Amino acid sequence: MTQEIIIAGFGGQGVLSMGKILAYSGLMDDKEVTWMPSYGPEQRGGTANVTVILSDEKISSPILDSYDIVVVLNQQSLDKFESKVKPGGVLIYDNNGIHKPPTRQDINVYCIEAMNACIEMGNSKTYNMVVMGALLEVMSYKLPMENVIKGLKKSLPERHHKLIPLNEAAIEKGRTLIK
Amino acid sequence: MKEEVRLMKGNEALAHAAIRYGFDGYFGYPITPQSEVLETLEELMPWETTGMTVLQAESELAAINMVYGGASTGKAVMTSSSSPGVSLKQEGISYIAAAELPALVINVMRGGPGLGTIQPSQADYFQACKGGGHGDYHLIVLAPSTVQEMVDFVGLGMDLAFKYTNPAMVLADGIVGQMMEKVVLPEQRPRRTEEEIRKQCPWAANGRKGLRKRNVITSLELESSKMEVINERLQARYKEIAKNETRWEEIDTADADYLIVAFGTVARICAKAKEIAAKEGIKIGILRPITLWPFPYEAIEKAAKGKKGILCVELNAGQMIEDVRLAVHDSLPVEHFGRLGGIIPSPDEVLQALKEKIIK
Amino acid sequence: MEITDIIKEENKVYCKPELLESEVHMHYCPGCSHGVIHKLVAEVIAELGLTERTVGVSPVGCAVFAYNYIDVDWIEAAHGRAPAVATAVSRLWPDDVVFTYQGDGDMSAIGTAESIHAANRGENIVMIFVNNAIYGMTGGQMAPTTLIGQKTATTPYGRRVDLNGHPLEITNLMKELDGTCYVTRQSVHTAAAVRKTKAALKKAFQNAIDKKGTSVVEVVSTCNSGWKMSPEKANEWMAEHMFKKYPLGDLKTERKYDEE
Repeated sequence: MTQEIIIAGFGGQGVLSMGKILAYSGLMDDKEVTWMPSYGPEQRGGTANVTVILSDEKISSPILDSYDIVVVLNQQSLDKFESKVKPGGVLIYDNNGIHKPPTRQDINVYCIEAMNACIEMGNSKTYNMVVMGALLEVMSYKLPMENVIKGLKKSLPERHHKLIPLNEAAIEKGRTLIK
Repeated sequence: MKEEVRLMKGNEALAHAAIRYGFDGYFGYPITPQSEVLETLEELMPWETTGMTVLQAESELAAINMVYGGASTGKAVMTSSSSPGVSLKQEGISYIAAAELPALVINVMRGGPGLGTIQPSQADYFQACKGGGHGDYHLIVLAPSTVQEMVDFVGLGMDLAFKYTNPAMVLADGIVGQMMEKVVLPEQRPRRTEEEIRKQCPWAANGRKGLRKRNVITSLELESSKMEVINERLQARYKEIAKNETRWEEIDTADADYLIVAFGTVARICAKAKEIAAKEGIKIGILRPITLWPFPYEAIEKAAKGKKGILCVELNAGQMIEDVRLAVHDSLPVEHFGRLGGIIPSPDEVLQALKEKIIK
Repeated sequence: MEITDIIKEENKVYCKPELLESEVHMHYCPGCSHGVIHKLVAEVIAELGLTERTVGVSPVGCAVFAYNYIDVDWIEAAHGRAPAVATAVSRLWPDDVVFTYQGDGDMSAIGTAESIHAANRGENIVMIFVNNAIYGMTGGQMAPTTLIGQKTATTPYGRRVDLNGHPLEITNLMKELDGTCYVTRQSVHTAAAVRKTKAALKKAFQNAIDKKGTSVVEVVSTCNSGWKMSPEKANEWMAEHMFKKYPLGDLKTERKYDEE
């Protein structure tokens, strides 16, 4: 099993921390993991992306040309990464703010309404966890939820542990967005 | 502290490793992209646990000279910086090498020359391996390719530095500094007691305990005939290090048609290129020098036998390739592929370069 | 004839301090202040019982070979870096007493940053600053402390403010730093001055033992070779000109700072 994933969006959408929680969850499930952030001026304000690789094997390159799963949360990222999905791979995007939807036919495209779901739940701060729920749902490697919770615990400072049930609910909500 | 599995950035891992390998002191000055080393150490407050000293110096110059001072007393000390800061440290590094002191210097390389960029680079190969400071000296240079090696080489670097009383350098690219990976932190190694230090380092200047003969740490010798003897002693030691400590890793080199030589994280990008190439029926072997000095000349010469060509992939304009060419004596084509100024090539780009420059 | 044939134990009124190497001849020029200052440092270390726990840091400059003369552990630092070296030794060996021995170039030109910052951190070290207003070791070039009008190899017509700036009174700067507990300016040109300098050094070393912060002992000195004068004339010139710019006495005797 190897899952090569990139998550891209605006800085501030929780892209990097989502990648970190995913990587930590994989670690809790005894997988090899790498988390490689995008560099430079893009990091602040502009677009941010993070490559996360989960594998049973030792991981070679942390930098990739194509991905099993691409998660994009804004138009710029969609424009940049749609072509980078491996044939037969998965593209997840949030339709919020997307005016030019993806066109590829050789991949599985999921449009999720994560922002709307957050508004419904009344907590926009768990946005990235809703997206992660959707991501976990489409991954061919099924990460056990108990290890995702462990990953959350490891990633969040102790003082935020009381928010874990809220995040768990957001993940479960996100799973339902994959239809 | 027991052995522990964690997910962390290479830079954070360096800080944890410094504590767990029982270092006595860290002296540094912030510079992107490695400031997390000092930040993490200050956050972990090792002076409360192991008793390790951590100090933010007023400059890289001061930091390396604090390392010189600490090493002169037999303590296990280190500093870390990134390329422009490491340039500033060169004077001190030369003194440390000349005074035959154990110390660890870490360079998380960024793109140069000058102030350059803050993105990853490997353009300090020459500086690390071919001198850097003035005079005939060598550092033991270790190039990590994983966050785990960032941890391991802090311990290995210090052990080698003490074994040969010679400074060691961990030469990392910004990629492995900033990426997070699974890492096994070693069990806490206790710091040596002052008694143990006095026993292990009878040469150290830490006070004439027991009214022993005084110890003087210096790199000055005005008499040429004596200075030559000192130089010859250093050179003999470098030979010994080259004989005993040359390290490298090979992936499928025996069965390959082409060889890629790359160090640090770049070797992993090349390993992915190798996987992609295998699907196209192109057989590539990877040789990754782990010690950049001493350089694995013989291993490369051996691995190159029967190959159609070698591609050196580096995040610079062609530095290590000079040593690769020396290793194979023009017996086969050796070409360079690199991106400059902080750009990281992808596996596809590496494969494309191999096709264009070697396979043709 | 042996020296003991001439000087009998019962006639001895003075001997070299035990920590001053008796077999090694000093390289300093006749008339140079370094020899006297070395003697005082050696005496103070022995008298305070610090022989087994003193580490000296020698500079680049005339005193580079201080390690050949005073019988304690030494580290020879790169030019100007002695305070950084001393910082590490002092922090890593808190029971040791650490001092730097620096000239005007080392302390107030190339090593200004290290000097100021070590003092500002209040490192528990003694900084001995020998100010003779010239670079003796390299052949008599201008120092930061060279006086206006003073002729040196690089100010052959005399130091000029418009070309070379002003003499740097680094000790006055040190006084202002919260990390210093004792800042004094002394000299060794008369027997009385030597006694005062010894007392100053003793106080400084005692501060290091008591971990009170940084002590700076400036010794306004002569360089008769560099100044191209006889030792006697150099002493006169120093008293007449140097003491005007660098007046002797304590500049600060206590560390005072706001915890906030």
